[in-house]
Amino acid sequence: MDARSTQGQPALSIEHIAVHFGGLVAISDMNFVVNEGEVVSLIGPNGAGKTTAFNVFTGFLRPSQGEVRYRGTSLKNLKPHEVTSLGLARTFQRTSVFQSVSVFENVMIGLHRRGRSRLWDTLLALPRERESERELRARAAEILALVGIERRSRELAGSLAYGDQRLLGVALALASDPSMLLLDEPVSGMNATETARFMRLLDGLRGLGVTILLVEHDMPMVMGVSDRIVVLNYGRIIAEGPPAAIQGNPEVIRAYLGQGAKKRAGD
Amino acid sequence: MRRLLPWIALLALASVPLWLKDPYLLNAFVTTGIFIVAAMSLNLLLGYTGQLSLGHVAFFGIGAYTSALVSLGFDVELVGGFRVIHDPWPVWLGFVMAILVSGLCGYLVGKLSFRVRGAYFVIVTISFAEVVRLVALNWVELTQGPLALTSIPPMALGLPGLGHFEFFSKQSNFYLVLGVVALSYVIIGRLVNSRIGRAMVALKENESLAVSVGIDVTRYLVLAAVVSAGIAGAAGSLYAHYLKIIDPDVFLFLYTVTMVIMVITGGKGTLAGPIVGGLIFGFIPVIARSFAAPEIQWILYGLFMILIVFVLPQGIVPAIEKWFGPGEEPGVGGAADATMQDAQ
Repeated sequence: MDARSTQGQPALSIEHIAVHFGGLVAISDMNFVVNEGEVVSLIGPNGAGKTTAFNVFTGFLRPSQGEVRYRGTSLKNLKPHEVTSLGLARTFQRTSVFQSVSVFENVMIGLHRRGRSRLWDTLLALPRERESERELRARAAEILALVGIERRSRELAGSLAYGDQRLLGVALALASDPSMLLLDEPVSGMNATETARFMRLLDGLRGLGVTILLVEHDMPMVMGVSDRIVVLNYGRIIAEGPPAAIQGNPEVIRAYLGQGAKKRAGD
Repeated sequence: MRRLLPWIALLALASVPLWLKDPYLLNAFVTTGIFIVAAMSLNLLLGYTGQLSLGHVAFFGIGAYTSALVSLGFDVELVGGFRVIHDPWPVWLGFVMAILVSGLCGYLVGKLSFRVRGAYFVIVTISFAEVVRLVALNWVELTQGPLALTSIPPMALGLPGLGHFEFFSKQSNFYLVLGVVALSYVIIGRLVNSRIGRAMVALKENESLAVSVGIDVTRYLVLAAVVSAGIAGAAGSLYAHYLKIIDPDVFLFLYTVTMVIMVITGGKGTLAGPIVGGLIFGFIPVIARSFAAPEIQWILYGLFMILIVFVLPQGIVPAIEKWFGPGEEPGVGGAADATMQDAQ
């Protein structure tokens, strides 16, 4: 979260990315840039390749062609946990918490990379172990307070309400101290209150200088929080620009309502 | 209270040889204790990383053979007329070597199976155990094959100038095994209650999420395998020096199954689980023997196991914790209401 000074420079750059699953082209020649401190949304109909793109950006999937760079470092040949070490953290569309441990423990797991104790410190219960654990616990409490679920910290993550589980997912991503967050449909399944709360959280994160890339179906939310929107359809970028421009773009409207709608209207 | 419980259990167990003089029962305690150590090591893998090592007895057997061979000495001819002669070493060095060699094997298995999880990990570990068993059976020059390694010396501790102690009697072996159980408990307890243990649980719970928060899961899986194998090797060493004879039957699949039963019934993923499960299933045959014919004993064993798994699917220790635990959890409903109001 040290992006203030570099505001406006490219953070994540996607260069000629293509993903093929056998004969299926999931993504073809994708190019775009997310600048430091920006909130960019990636939208598109179901099956447009959004989650596939996310998996490529975070090292979970190797692209067939092209390259992803984060702050100048190529993600080629990096494993997902190494991508996280660069400061790029993600959330998942569905199961995004460690179900059978407490909320607090979840965040403690998320703080893994901040722990400084070594194996010997742990086995011999040396002071460094206790000190490191104390730091982690304090940080975990801070993060839970930041996303607003500190009251739930002793509950099992699996027993949380859906919206709180999504917040915990974000807390987990934040725990790795990212400079950029990739959120995969964070408000899907949330009610209006929960969504509003989530948007406030996003604002808060932006205030901390975290760059955000969002995949989302909730259009009011996307229009409300994004600086720029990238629209995907059938693995291709069909439009890119600020929310106002995207809303009126005829190609985007066609992609969303589909040819089917037009046909049915004509029948 | 909860913090005192392990100490109370340790004191209670330490008092056993003072009032129990029956050599048969004391023997049952020692062998059960040895299997409890092995079950605890299995629990580290199965209960915390979620990976089932169905060849776990391999590490136990490797520990037993290593320790026996190091303390007995051997003379083998390798390919190309190259001979390895090893003079007998002190027994405690055999114990240390057993831990190191088993740990190394754990490292290799962990590395070999770095990409395989679930069923595939199970298959890799079973195959490994079978290969090791065949080696022990067929490398007669080293292991005596089915003729067994005999006259294994008892465990001994010797420090220059401080005298020498041999664990010959059942009482002394009881305390030796109890000590190793306690030490394993502390080591595993420290590991699983640390950042390392959290990484292991993360791997068990949701591997892709674990990776996404920056955990190098392979590294922690290998670490768990090394520590687990090392402790199993220590158990094997105790076994060899207590029985003073080992043959390739130490690699029997049955022993792995026994360990799995101890862990599952006691409660996998809990520190005390393998100890509770181990005591129960170590003593069922002993108790059943006093009133039932051999065939009936095994039927009772099986029935009891099925009963526990049906009634307490999470295991005995988690069930007890749940029974006594609720006081510690904050009221779930109350907290939920409060946060909902907050949000509005």
